[in-house]
Amino acid sequence: MATLESPAAVALMEAPAAAGHRPAVEVAHLRKTYGTLVAVDDVSFTVAEGEIFGILGPNGAGKTTAIECAIGLRRPDAGTIRLLGLDPHADPHQVHEIVGVQLQSGALPAKLRVGEILEEYRSFYRDPADVDELLDVLGLAAKRGDYYRSLSGGQRQRLSIALALIGRPRIAVLDEMTTGLDPQARRDTWELIEQIRDRGVTIVLVTHFMEEAERLCDRVALIDHGRVVALDTPARLATQARGGKTVRFLPSAPFEDRLLTGLPEVSWVEREGQHVVVTGTGELVNAVILALHTAGVTARDVQLDSSNLEDAFVKLTGKNLHTEGVLA
Amino acid sequence: MSAFGQVVRNEARLVRRQPTNMIGSIGLPVVLMIIFGELPSFRQHISVLGGLPLFDTYVPIIMVLGLTMLTLLGLPSPLVSYRELGILRRLSTTPVPPSWLLAAQVVVQLCIALAGLAIVNIASVAAFGAPVPKSPGGLALSCLLAIGGLFALGLLIAALAPTANSVNAIGRLTLIPLLFFAGLWLPRPLMPAVLLDISNYTPLGAAVEAIQGSVQTGFPPATPLLVLAGYTLVFAYLARRFFRWE
Repeated sequence: MATLESPAAVALMEAPAAAGHRPAVEVAHLRKTYGTLVAVDDVSFTVAEGEIFGILGPNGAGKTTAIECAIGLRRPDAGTIRLLGLDPHADPHQVHEIVGVQLQSGALPAKLRVGEILEEYRSFYRDPADVDELLDVLGLAAKRGDYYRSLSGGQRQRLSIALALIGRPRIAVLDEMTTGLDPQARRDTWELIEQIRDRGVTIVLVTHFMEEAERLCDRVALIDHGRVVALDTPARLATQARGGKTVRFLPSAPFEDRLLTGLPEVSWVEREGQHVVVTGTGELVNAVILALHTAGVTARDVQLDSSNLEDAFVKLTGKNLHTEGVLA
Repeated sequence: MSAFGQVVRNEARLVRRQPTNMIGSIGLPVVLMIIFGELPSFRQHISVLGGLPLFDTYVPIIMVLGLTMLTLLGLPSPLVSYRELGILRRLSTTPVPPSWLLAAQVVVQLCIALAGLAIVNIASVAAFGAPVPKSPGGLALSCLLAIGGLFALGLLIAALAPTANSVNAIGRLTLIPLLFFAGLWLPRPLMPAVLLDISNYTPLGAAVEAIQGSVQTGFPPATPLLVLAGYTLVFAYLARRFFRWE
């Protein structure tokens, strides 16, 4: 197994070149303590405009506290925060106008109707979205006249997302937005988030749901014990975690390891009984099969195993994310 | 409609759709007034009550009873549940501060308070022969100061109560001594001197004294008005000091 690059070596501030021109979110050396409890130790990240950025970590890692500091709900002990150049603690009003937030576990009055709630929140903003259009996009059009208390969990969650979007924000911060949704509702929500991003909204997702981060996020920050332990694209993080892909096969004849270790795609070769396990990157399978072929060896029972974000997470934090209902 | 108007509108809808508190603060006083008004014994002039019928003695008590039900239960309950449900927190992420929700509640509850006081006052005169207030200005001022003191107390309960359920417990516990000193069980003219002295310096005792004075004799004396103003300031300061938005 290859050793991981140290977190410090991970290019924290690097945003993908394809995304916007200026950062939508800049968080540098954020720190927040409650008495002796260090909730956020040292968190830095930058989100480019138009990016979907994931903040991933186990419960209690400091994700939510970091986000609450970033949107101005909590005052950090140290660090700087800029949202499209604005300091949320100096300019809260302007920041609230351009940043839509969906907080974890927020309810609404039981006896207000969906449309009434949206009309109220709509009136808070200078240039709000159209209620009917938003309800349509979120699949809540038929629920407009229903009381909040009669909505299902998924509908409540979507209404909460609608409230985060009603002000036509430039940045949307969504904390655990698909927790408690059934798989279909979850996929629908992902599609919705992509549509919103396509309209130019920068999205910051807090999640402990791997598949969500892999599917949606351009980049992901893994947070553990109040620190960013890795920050990269989901694919690159996954590759780093295992040093890449693994091919396992049964050779038709014996061969020297050197045959494969000399290939640029191969990182190392291990033997497991009769089987050979080759770890590497790039077009690993092709390279291995071709090299074996030239030596007159055929590979049988070939299994390709590519690691994913989950592996990266376990590797980096020593924890399994599948704790609370993630697989439910 | 302005943003504040929208907030008030939804708060008013909620009050209309959950009328429990309106029943306590308007319905209960009206029912008591009708019962007392229909009892012949309440119509006789009684010398220990300064020659007043018992009914006239009870009109101010019924007025403050409705007001107290409203401000100790109706005002803090929604505010505390909004804090519990994370609604105040959600509002802090929008351009509108959560204090608007508190202000909207005060506006809505104020309308109910004024309606309750007006209904009992007008109906007692029109239907049950209570005297027309000698000093309408004094009555209005007494009512406003009573509203001030009790609303501030309600907001203090909203500040201190951790959950919506505890509002009920705190409200009911506060209600009983306050209403005792208002004279609900023993009208003030019948109280022994020491109880009357205490009553004079409680919010409801002062309110009943000021309202009764305005109705029966003229502009009320300064003491109960100052007591009510003092409670308004102290409770409002404490409520502001201890209110938590999350």
